[in-house]
Amino acid sequence: MSHKSKGYRVFSFFNHIFLIAIALTCLLPLLHLLAQSFSSKGAINGNLVSFWPVGFNVDAYIKTFENSNFVRSMGISVVRTILGTFISMFVITTAGYALSKDFRGRNGLMWIFIVTMLFSGGLIPSYILVSSLGLKDTIWALVLPGAFGAYNLILIMNFFRTIPKALEEAALIDGASFFKIFWKIYLPLSLPGLATIGLFIMVGHWNSWFDGILYMSSTENYPLASFLQTVVVQSSSQNMALDPTAAKAMSEKSIKAAQIFIGTLPIIIVYPFLQKYFVKGIVLGSVKE
Amino acid sequence: MNQVTPTEVNQLENSKIRKKKTYRTPWRTELKKNWPLYVLCIPALVFVLVFSYAPMGGVIIAFQDYKPWLGILGSEWIGLDNFRRIFEYQESIQAIYNTVIIAVIKILVGIIVPIIMALLLNEVRHMGLKKGIQTLVYLPHFLSWVTVAGIMLNILSLDGGINHFLANFGIEPIFFLGDPDLFRPTVIISDLWKNFGFGMIVYLAVLAGIDPTYYEAAEIDGANRWQQTIHVTIPTMLPMIIVIATLSLGDILNAGFDQIFNLYNPLVYSTGDIIDTYVYRSSLLNGQYGFGTAVGLFKSGISLVLIIISYRLAYKFAGYRIF
Repeated sequence: MSHKSKGYRVFSFFNHIFLIAIALTCLLPLLHLLAQSFSSKGAINGNLVSFWPVGFNVDAYIKTFENSNFVRSMGISVVRTILGTFISMFVITTAGYALSKDFRGRNGLMWIFIVTMLFSGGLIPSYILVSSLGLKDTIWALVLPGAFGAYNLILIMNFFRTIPKALEEAALIDGASFFKIFWKIYLPLSLPGLATIGLFIMVGHWNSWFDGILYMSSTENYPLASFLQTVVVQSSSQNMALDPTAAKAMSEKSIKAAQIFIGTLPIIIVYPFLQKYFVKGIVLGSVKE
Repeated sequence: MNQVTPTEVNQLENSKIRKKKTYRTPWRTELKKNWPLYVLCIPALVFVLVFSYAPMGGVIIAFQDYKPWLGILGSEWIGLDNFRRIFEYQESIQAIYNTVIIAVIKILVGIIVPIIMALLLNEVRHMGLKKGIQTLVYLPHFLSWVTVAGIMLNILSLDGGINHFLANFGIEPIFFLGDPDLFRPTVIISDLWKNFGFGMIVYLAVLAGIDPTYYEAAEIDGANRWQQTIHVTIPTMLPMIIVIATLSLGDILNAGFDQIFNLYNPLVYSTGDIIDTYVYRSSLLNGQYGFGTAVGLFKSGISLVLIIISYRLAYKFAGYRIF
């Protein structure tokens, strides 16, 4: 290819530099956070910490894990993530499988589900509903209301559609039941797709913070994301609002950094798996036979 | 060939092929034959009826002076009073205005930047480097706004990293999150930072699918890389760009609750308060449930119309269907 012209080479050089710089901006804030979490108070307040710890110590992490509220919230997050993902996947795969078939009333059902993408009752009606069902202050308030997602349903449905009909027909001839076909053919064959969607749902649960604040009247029941929201975000912005210089007095940046980092760590850990699949996931969900 | 194409592109093709089928089978035969399919839909149906449709019915409290202790049945009906108040309060008008401004700019940069970045990244020939850049720029999308806001409050504060860095050039500390004039740019840029990478994915998928013979042919005709981009690459991306642009019409009233809620403070309400945060404060914090619901309904009503229009346009111009 004639990419060798002088103009193109100059462009290419600056293009590489530019893209690498942009990519670094996505990493450096996290590195800064990590460095702060391992640094001494003095170094942070003196603004000596950039991307490498200064006055290395793990006090912030020790203090974080000594905080029983933090540990409890983390436990709640783990439970909600596992339970919530399981429930969501059950609800979506069952309906997704059914809707990948043609049967009478399918389009009507599909519209019932699609409407939820177009319109929602909004904050207060949902809040009143969850309260009147008696779900407030229970883990169910965090896992049930969002369990169904129309977008995920469509993705899963498209996955199931990619599985050759011949397989199903052969199984039917062998006398397999509907449920057996679902369980033994469709689920195993669409595992990569299901894994992608499952990971997305897990990340969503782990990151979800507003429902905790909304439905839990006591901070004792907060999942980690809600806990971080109150401790890290609310306290900073309130300080700023009261008095800009008051922020200076707050010298616990390292603890905040440690808490945020621990809260983000699970996402960073699953990210490589997520990345391996999500590009395909966006794509695969639609490959036709 | 195992050709991977993005959802949207594929749906474009689906829609051309698919024809409307009519079902003549009587319900009895159908139920007997396909009962497992109906059974499998029940869990999802129960969930949407309870957690989506019941709240939709709950919007009637927008027409009430709702008091939690009186309930929906006992609260006083006040007609359209709540809606009238939306346009009487300075605060709510401001919130609607802020929402539209922030959302529209976010949508515009959120369409343009990923296209440009995808085109630039497409010029990187070194596969490892390309992969590495992709890995890093997709990452922020998966962080929660709580995390990102936590980092931003840290590095953008008066004694934070950014101001410390700017001090090297003799620039006075800037109060990014406390200055009404700077709040919107801060919100828009941070949102772009978080999401441009993810927005690139669909375009990169399109670019990867372009038949190389087009470029070879263009080259034989003497087209340089720039001309190839203009005449081959961009026209190929156009259907996808149209779909994404039209579908984003539905987000004109979505300025990003998660982000704003975690970044704003009373100092920047004048430019940063949006419909969703206003609904939260007026209802759950100040107890005006009926009014809050009315503001929310105002938003979701307009959004519904916009979404329907956007789907129609996407279908008309690019043959896109949601399912």
